[in-house]
Amino acid sequence: MSSEDSGGWDFSSAAATSAGGLGTIPPVPPPTNVGTPGSGPGDPGRPGVGNRVGNLVRTFVRGVGQTLITLGLVLLLFVVYEVWVSNIFAHQRQNKVHQQFSQAVQKGQDPLKGQDRLNLPSGKQIVIPAGEGFANLYIPRFGKDYAWTVVQGTASGDLERGPGHYTDTAVPGQLGNFALAGHRVGKGEPFLNLDQLVPGDSVVVQTAGNWYVYKILGDAKKYAAASKLTSKSQRAAAIIDALSSRDSQGVPGREIVTPDDVGVIAPVPDNPGLTPSRALLTMTTCHPKYSADQRMILHAALARAVPVKGNAIPKELPGGTL
Amino acid sequence: MYAWIWRRLPGPTALRLLQALLLIAAVSAVLLFVVFPWIEPHLPPNPITGANTVGQ
Repeated sequence: MSSEDSGGWDFSSAAATSAGGLGTIPPVPPPTNVGTPGSGPGDPGRPGVGNRVGNLVRTFVRGVGQTLITLGLVLLLFVVYEVWVSNIFAHQRQNKVHQQFSQAVQKGQDPLKGQDRLNLPSGKQIVIPAGEGFANLYIPRFGKDYAWTVVQGTASGDLERGPGHYTDTAVPGQLGNFALAGHRVGKGEPFLNLDQLVPGDSVVVQTAGNWYVYKILGDAKKYAAASKLTSKSQRAAAIIDALSSRDSQGVPGREIVTPDDVGVIAPVPDNPGLTPSRALLTMTTCHPKYSADQRMILHAALARAVPVKGNAIPKELPGGTL
Repeated sequence: MYAWIWRRLPGPTALRLLQALLLIAAVSAVLLFVVFPWIEPHLPPNPITGANTVGQ
C-alpha cells in the first residue's frame, strides 16, 4: 500500500468518484492531514495494522449507512404500493368478481338464490357462499362509473376484491342492517369518498332479482339550510351537523367511531338488541384518510325497491327509468 | 454497495447513468409487483369494526 493510496482500497476511491458527481470528476484524494494529525485511517505514512483496521471500520460504517438508506427507500416504495399500486391489483380482482356474479345470474345460480325481497323479516338468515359476489352497489353522487360488486365476508382477502358484506348482517331489502365494509385508500378504495355524501343521497343496490334504493339518513331540513350558506367552512360544518343528526330511532346519517364500536352494524345501529322495524344499509370505512385510527360510518334507510326488469335501471341512476 | 455497482457498469458516464436508472426501475418493479403483493398478507392487519374484520 503506497502512501499516495488515498483511502487504501479501491472501494473508497470509487466512492469518492461517485460522490463527486457520478464519475464526472476525477477521484479526489480525501483530505488527509485534516483534523487531528495521525488519526485518520487513510493517513499517509502510517502503513500497517492501523490503516487496515481503519479501512475495515470505514467500510463497515458505510455499509450500515447504505443499508439503512436502502431500507428507507424500500419503505417509501411500500407506501407507493399501498396507496397506488394495490389499486391496480384490487381492480383486477373486482373485475373478476363482477364477471363471475354476472355469469352466475345469467346461469340462474344467484348466490342469494332469489331469497332477498322487500322487508324480508329480520329473523330469516340467508347463507351466502363466502367470498362470492352477490350484489352490485351504485352511488350516483360518485358519478356514472361508480359500480362495485359486493362480496360476502370482510376478511382482508374479501376486501381486496371489493366492498365486503358483514356476514351476520341483513341481506339487501331485509329488515335490519345490510352492512358493508370497504377500503378508504388503496386496495381499490371503493369507499374513498364516503365523506362527500349528504342527507338524502341515493345508494342503489342491485341483486339478481331486485333493485333497492337506500337514502342517506340525516336531517334533510338542516341540510337544505346548510346548502344555502355561502361561507365554505360554515357550509361544510353545517352539512356535517345535518348528517350527524339522529332520527326518531336514534340513527344518524353519519358518525365517526372507534374501530371497536360494533354497535354501528347492529340491526338497529347504536342500539344492539332492539328488533329492527325497517331496512337499513350501513357502510364502514377507515377515517381519517390514510389512517386506521377511527371508522367513518354512513347509514341509509331503504326508500323503495323495484324488481329487476331487463336492462332498465332505477330513476336514481343517470338515464334510469324504473 | 452502490459504488461497487457503479464501478461494474461498463461504458461512459451517460451509458452508466442509463443502466443505473434501468436497474433502479427493475428493482422497483420487482418490489412493487412481486415482493409487496406477496408480503402484504403476512403483515398484521389493522383491526376494524368488529371481530373477523381487517383494516380498511
